[in-house]
Amino acid sequence: MIEIKELAKRFGAQVILDGVNLEVQEGETMALLGPSGTGKSVLLKHIIGLIRPDAGEVIVDGQNVATLGRKELSALRGTIGYVFQNGALFDSMNVYENIRLGLTKPEEYGNPEVATARVAECLRLVNLVPETLKKMPAELSGGMKKRVGIARAIAGRPKYLLYDEPTSGLDPVNSDIIDALIKRLDTELGVTSIMVTHDVRGAFRTADRIALLTAGKVVAVGTPAEFRESTVPEVRAFLERDFDNEPLCP
Amino acid sequence: MSNVAAQLQHRTGRAVLDALSAVGRFAALVAEMGRGLPEWRIWLPRTRDECWSIGVGSLFIVLLISSFAGAVTALQAGYQFTGNIPIYVVGSLVTESIVLELGPVLVGLVLAGRIGARYAAELGTMRVTEQIDALESLGRAPSSHLLVPRVMACLLMIPMLVIIADVVGVAAGWLAAKQALPISDQDFAYGARVYWRPFDAYYSVIKAFFFAGAIGLISCYRGFTTKQGAEGVGRATTGAVVTISVVILLLDTLLAKLLLN
Repeated sequence: MIEIKELAKRFGAQVILDGVNLEVQEGETMALLGPSGTGKSVLLKHIIGLIRPDAGEVIVDGQNVATLGRKELSALRGTIGYVFQNGALFDSMNVYENIRLGLTKPEEYGNPEVATARVAECLRLVNLVPETLKKMPAELSGGMKKRVGIARAIAGRPKYLLYDEPTSGLDPVNSDIIDALIKRLDTELGVTSIMVTHDVRGAFRTADRIALLTAGKVVAVGTPAEFRESTVPEVRAFLERDFDNEPLCP
Repeated sequence: MSNVAAQLQHRTGRAVLDALSAVGRFAALVAEMGRGLPEWRIWLPRTRDECWSIGVGSLFIVLLISSFAGAVTALQAGYQFTGNIPIYVVGSLVTESIVLELGPVLVGLVLAGRIGARYAAELGTMRVTEQIDALESLGRAPSSHLLVPRVMACLLMIPMLVIIADVVGVAAGWLAAKQALPISDQDFAYGARVYWRPFDAYYSVIKAFFFAGAIGLISCYRGFTTKQGAEGVGRATTGAVVTISVVILLLDTLLAKLLLN
């Protein structure tokens, strides 16, 4: 379980997070919605310890991330898969080496046969053909980069998956493919997921619960149905703007 | 007037704080590299690759500048030494100039551009494209994967390149002197030996070792702490080259004062 309590972060004079509270239950998929620049990615990076909070706590499986030592943090990161916004693939390595680096257990990473089998399995899970393995990141399309990024994140069999804008920069067809892939992986792998996005349709399709982050705070949390019925002004404003006043469901 | 003074005070204070903050971050990065040292299974193979890359890749430019430095030193010595100065002094001057100063400093400055710029740009690009964050998110230490191999490769290869530059520089000076001046091989060799002390060779390598540390550490620091996209990468790269060049010149003076007096 992931608990975020009164999390605060500022960069210089700019307040990014101003007392965020959020709980993500085991096995659920939480979509974190919000306009661009409201600190969604910053919040996600706190969970994996890439950013340290100014105040508040991020507790993952009972451990306060900010107070963990080097080894404990490394072990915790082994249980979390992080999908970066633009893939963040290592451009000096081919797809095989990129995914292999996601194998967090030394016995898997160090055994070429086991590693090759696991990499092939991850590639299959994200619907990419084996020929992709030899390609360099520069040879991949945007959608393929995202899928390789997901394959690398799931290679270590994580308990948690954090997606940072998994569909940003993709056309609607590829966005749908990635959304379906996330939904399928959540079911097949049984992971707990947090998906940061400003794609409302994608969030409604894939998430069990949705949270809205705006002005440094989580202003609403609920199931997609509860979210649609919400009377919170920020939620109404966000949904109406995104859906252009169209009904959210048939 | 008091407003101007207050502004000046504020800016000075800000500059001091920024400098102290940079020193702190640099020290933290060096400490982080120290913590990565026990993970030798990770950094050793990468160090080998880096050694090959910067060693072989820099050989041509090192041979070129050391040859020209040796030849020009010999020709200028011949031009200046007229009258009663014995011609064998050209051998002394070429050997001592190349080994004590020109070899290490010229190679250091050229490699500040070649290796320092490359490392700062590579790491800076990895930082702004979140590749370093990705590495950390996979539970892997950037120090043992990215930093230690680069610094180790500098510490191993740059002294070797300086030794090569010293030998080639002296040889080029010898050949140039023979072609342009009335000096025999025996005169040049006598001149080279007469003021030679074995410590001169050690001094050259000691300088190379310090310059290598400056190139490796500063370029990694500037690249690793890059911010703000492509512009930040450009700033980190030029900043690395300028800082390394200044530090090399400062170290050159400091080491001469400490070791040659």
